[in-house]
Amino acid sequence: MATTAVALSERENYLNKEYGITSWLFTTDHKRIALLYLITITFFFFIGGFFALLIRLELLTPEGDLLLADTYNKMFTMHGQVMVFFFLIPAVPAVLGNFLIPIMIGAKDLAFPRVNLLSWYLLAIGGCLMIYTILSGGVDTGWTFYTPLSTHFLDTHVITAALAIFVAGFSSILTGLNFIVTIHRMRAPGMTWSRLPLFVWANYATSIIQVLGTPVLAISLMLVALERIFNLGIFNPQLGGDPLLFQHLFWFYSHPAVYIMILPGMGVVSEIVTCFSRKRIFGYKFMALAVIAIAVLGFLVWAHHMFVAGISLYAAMVFSLLSYFVAVPSAIKVFNWTATMFKGSISYSTPMLYAFGFIGLFTMGGLTGLFVAALGIDVHVTDTYFVIAHFHYIMVGGMVMAYLGGMHFWWPKISGRMYPEFWGRLAAMIIFIGFNLTFFPQFVLGWLGMPRRYWQYSPEFQVLNVLSTAGATILAVGYLLPMLYFLWSMRYGKAAPENPWNGAGLEWKISSPPVTDNFDETPLVTWEAYNYDELPQEVPVGR
Amino acid sequence: MFSNTFPLWPARASSISGPVDALFIFLLMLCGLMCIAIFTAIIVFAVRYRRRPGHEAIPIEGSNAVEFTWTLIPAGVFIIIFVWGAYLYFQERTPPKDSMDVYTVAKQWMWKFQHTEGQREINELHIPIGRDVRVIMTSQDVIHSFYVPAFRIKQDVLPGRYTIAWFRATAAGTYHLFCAEYCGTNHSGMVGDVVVMEPAQYQSWLSGGQAMGSLAQTGQGVFDSLGCSTCHRMDTQGRGPNLMGVYGKPVLLEDGRTVIADENYIRESILNPAVKVVAGFKPIMPTFQGIVSEDQVNALVAYIKSLNPQPVGPAETPTFKGPAASKADTRQR
Ligand code: HEC
Ligand SMILES: [Cu+2]
Ligand SMILES: [Cu+2]
Repeated sequence: MATTAVALSERENYLNKEYGITSWLFTTDHKRIALLYLITITFFFFIGGFFALLIRLELLTPEGDLLLADTYNKMFTMHGQVMVFFFLIPAVPAVLGNFLIPIMIGAKDLAFPRVNLLSWYLLAIGGCLMIYTILSGGVDTGWTFYTPLSTHFLDTHVITAALAIFVAGFSSILTGLNFIVTIHRMRAPGMTWSRLPLFVWANYATSIIQVLGTPVLAISLMLVALERIFNLGIFNPQLGGDPLLFQHLFWFYSHPAVYIMILPGMGVVSEIVTCFSRKRIFGYKFMALAVIAIAVLGFLVWAHHMFVAGISLYAAMVFSLLSYFVAVPSAIKVFNWTATMFKGSISYSTPMLYAFGFIGLFTMGGLTGLFVAALGIDVHVTDTYFVIAHFHYIMVGGMVMAYLGGMHFWWPKISGRMYPEFWGRLAAMIIFIGFNLTFFPQFVLGWLGMPRRYWQYSPEFQVLNVLSTAGATILAVGYLLPMLYFLWSMRYGKAAPENPWNGAGLEWKISSPPVTDNFDETPLVTWEAYNYDELPQEVPVGR
Repeated sequence: MFSNTFPLWPARASSISGPVDALFIFLLMLCGLMCIAIFTAIIVFAVRYRRRPGHEAIPIEGSNAVEFTWTLIPAGVFIIIFVWGAYLYFQERTPPKDSMDVYTVAKQWMWKFQHTEGQREINELHIPIGRDVRVIMTSQDVIHSFYVPAFRIKQDVLPGRYTIAWFRATAAGTYHLFCAEYCGTNHSGMVGDVVVMEPAQYQSWLSGGQAMGSLAQTGQGVFDSLGCSTCHRMDTQGRGPNLMGVYGKPVLLEDGRTVIADENYIRESILNPAVKVVAGFKPIMPTFQGIVSEDQVNALVAYIKSLNPQPVGPAETPTFKGPAASKADTRQR
């Protein structure tokens, strides 16, 4: 142990090159910025998770007894805002994408390193505003800010919350812009578009959505703030405004945002499944096309959140049909991951367990999407726990699984240390079980008709709610574990070799942790992506 | 299945709930099969091709034929589901012609119902079995949503306009009414009961309570007291158009458009008369925004709808039936 520790500290890398707080706060190294993001979003993940636990505890009994109604409303509002804007959206792109995209394409850094740092500051400023909102009494608009409730009927901290998200939105826009330019301009010689890892394709598609969609969110939140301050009549029907206009604007961003939250996760899973099956991805071209198709079609389905909101019959039909179109590329992805395992050499290492979990839960989330896209059924289940369960299967079952899978997969590269494999697998299993116990009962609850955002509910819903709360406590344990052993491994973990999994990507051809410039000399890429058939089959670490 | 402490299926009490459940069950089976297929494949692959000494992965490139197959087959299946779902939705959104109307005003945090016969109820809605019921709804403040799980219907209730839900109840009983759109502090307390009664029982419920005019008669009172009748006369001499028979007919507007005079049009004509001006008239009608309450607007609308040379349905004709004290009815669970 002692010798490895010495060996580690001797080798210069991005972590030990400089010390001191300013070397972090003023860094332009994409890897260090990725770690700044990691700390930020982990912090917010546990805040959002804490709110979720309070929600689940309140719902243990039908009566509203643990929290006041207003407090409960603040809990689900801020749970949503924190998790969506300060965890899920930045999670994979800003942490793993920031760290890996330049390395995966053979570049020294992102195209605009200082803009990258600015992006983090914007998220941090937005985060501070969010914390201020929480500490000064919170906000209870629902994360959706529906008007005229948010504009005329609440006197909580709507404006600071909107501002927090507004500022964080610019972080997202700048990150997206940075990625697009980087992927276009900074690829190493030989790294053609058709050789890009699918993780890069996924983040590219995500960036397009971030750049095109987020400004609309910024505009709609700004209009909410303006209407509150100056009593304008944009959304207020009393002054000739239209409350549905807000919903159109909001979902025009927030539906694509769902894909901001899942596409990067799909990219992670493509990397893991190939590596731990020792196989090329099945249908590379279709996988790359699918993410682009999802990003484009994702902009055309926003009104499927509004089937009972009062839109016209025929508009609803068009949006329903388009929603089925966007399901096609998602299905293609699931089939191709499965086919990639066919005749592979499949390892049950921790990242792969997360990938299994992702495929299973994403499949269920996607298939229940077929229910809610069916107009006649959506009328019954929209705004109920069915929808809550559906999107948590995608966002938590999908994205968080992928994020954790990716964190385990690349942790050796990021930290230069191995995490304890036993604990890794155990946590993955606990999370899988806890997740299903939390959210599966919610499908039943929704089908029975329990509306979402209910502080008290009819007694016949109790048994299922108790199951869900029990699951949430298990899930909480599952999420704490990785945080603990990751921290532990930074000091006590085995030193990670350059390529512990025998991965095919460029990131596995440089030292762990990488040096500041990533590569000693610009690599020349002469191989196709995922050329596992050309790599040795035995793997240094793990089975 | 239908146990009270641990139910797995919601009560089925409207003409649409059977068809909705049919599609739901179809999707459950289809998606169940898909899940089984995918999960089996993953588990079989993971076990059969598990990493072990002496086992090596066999490279496979992918295949266009396979890709197109699993693109086109799901796409085809999705279109079938879409058509089925859209067909149901079309029915849910298209009320039959001679339905009975109930006017609804939602506000933080209660449901107010006005029957055309004159009864008013709060958080409780009595309706007969087998009758098509249209719920004509508006909100006094924020957006709410009218949701009766046993009927499988839901419709958001917006301030500043009418939205309409309709259903035909098929089984007597008391069913949940939920507000399904988050509307502030007491959202989860904005609940009530829909009481579905046998027609005879419903009739006696209607005739219970003290006498008071029908909704249309109330509307007539408002119409006269607000001076609407000074401009709108039952001949062609008024400064405003004759409202006799206007409901349901196309109206030619000053800007050349033609609109159908439905509830929303009449409502808008009262609250925002300048938006749609009838051809041949001057925009002299004052707005009654802030002067009439939502309940009064409903009464006015009911009155104008009742001004029909040939009454559309019995519900529209003014009748003399009193409201019922809602506690007086027999509750069934
Ligand atoms: C000062 C005269 C005046 C008064 C008072 C008035 N209106 Fe009108 N109303 C008009 C005129 C003129 C029009 C046609 C131009 C327009 O559409 O604005 C009209 C149009 C309408 C229409 C549309 C009729 C159609 O044929 O399409 C309705 C409905 C209506 N009024 C209802 C009312 C009600 C209810 C009241 C009382 C609360 C009322 N009006 C009071 C003058 C008046
Ligand atoms: Cu409500
Ligand atoms: Cu509500």
